[in-house]
Amino acid sequence: MNSPFKLAHFTLVSALLLASWGTLATAAQPAKGKPATEAKTETAAAPAAQPQAAIAGSEANPFNRLMRVAPKRHLPPDKDGIHDPANDGTQMLQTPLESFGGLPKSQGDFGNGVDWVKALDGGKINPRWDRNDPKAKPVLMDLNIVREVKGSMPGVGFPHKQHTQWLDCSNCHPAIFLPQKGANQISMAAIMLGQKCGVCHGTVAFPVAECRRCHDKAKPVAAKTEAK
Amino acid sequence: MPSLIRRTLIGRMLFVGTLVLATAFVDTRPAMAEYGDVIMNNNSDAAGMRPAVFPHWFHRVRYSCKVCHADLGFKFKAGGNNIDMLKIMDGQYCGACHNGTIAWSVENCNLCHSGKPGTPTQVHESKSHELLNPAKPPVGKK
Repeated sequence: MNSPFKLAHFTLVSALLLASWGTLATAAQPAKGKPATEAKTETAAAPAAQPQAAIAGSEANPFNRLMRVAPKRHLPPDKDGIHDPANDGTQMLQTPLESFGGLPKSQGDFGNGVDWVKALDGGKINPRWDRNDPKAKPVLMDLNIVREVKGSMPGVGFPHKQHTQWLDCSNCHPAIFLPQKGANQISMAAIMLGQKCGVCHGTVAFPVAECRRCHDKAKPVAAKTEAK
Repeated sequence: MPSLIRRTLIGRMLFVGTLVLATAFVDTRPAMAEYGDVIMNNNSDAAGMRPAVFPHWFHRVRYSCKVCHADLGFKFKAGGNNIDMLKIMDGQYCGACHNGTIAWSVENCNLCHSGKPGTPTQVHESKSHELLNPAKPPVGKK
């Protein structure tokens, strides 16, 4: 086969790939690399079809069986799995992406995929502090609490400032955290079960998957070895 | 037909193209509600209403957490507030804003009561829910 035809072949496949880029699923990802090689070798097209079909059709042997498949994100209410599409009100609700379009993205696209603190600091959103008074301002408290943690994990720097932008003291103290140094036993297990920080983080505030947003205080020992 | 696909360039191009398109549209990921969406179904199913869905993301754009969780007394617990329509009409909980003055009023039943019937009370995509209910497949999984 002469090269202009090969080129045309390759271009078509690439165009198709690009066109379908937005809807590509994780399940389909292994297929991404294949068409490129198919375009190079003439006989590869038919054999490559076999494993693809097998993977797509297999329920028993999916790739990464024990890892949760990433869900489709930020779907409009009628497609999000919890709203009833048959309900007329569902169609009137705002869609998440409509709202998140202008907001800063969080690093890992966890949770809402929005960095809410940045959105607030950058003035992208202006949530009311009082439901009746649009001008009421929060009382900020700028006090960082550093918590040393076990093992090699960096310590946790807790900024009161970012929390008092959203919350009242009474939301956390004294029911969730005693306002006293050393009085609060916190563990990741408790957090993941919805206690302590986990009352909000992992439910509404950025999820625990974003480890380094809390564990951001590098340990002195770790810093030394890095320097060497 | 297979010989046509194999022999002609157009046939081969169409075959590969169809394959690529087919794999692109096979999407096995479960549909998930937005992070923090709360389903409230304490009384709805029994009353023949769809469960109420509370989108946290929509409200946090407009109000600080403090407004609801300190001023209005919402506990940090899905289904833990014993909200019913009487309290809402009385101006408590949702009714503090959903009164036709700050936000649309309670006549718009289907805007809140928009969940799939039978969905249990929970915070969607929450870590604790995922850990404490491992056997249940995500709602809306296809």
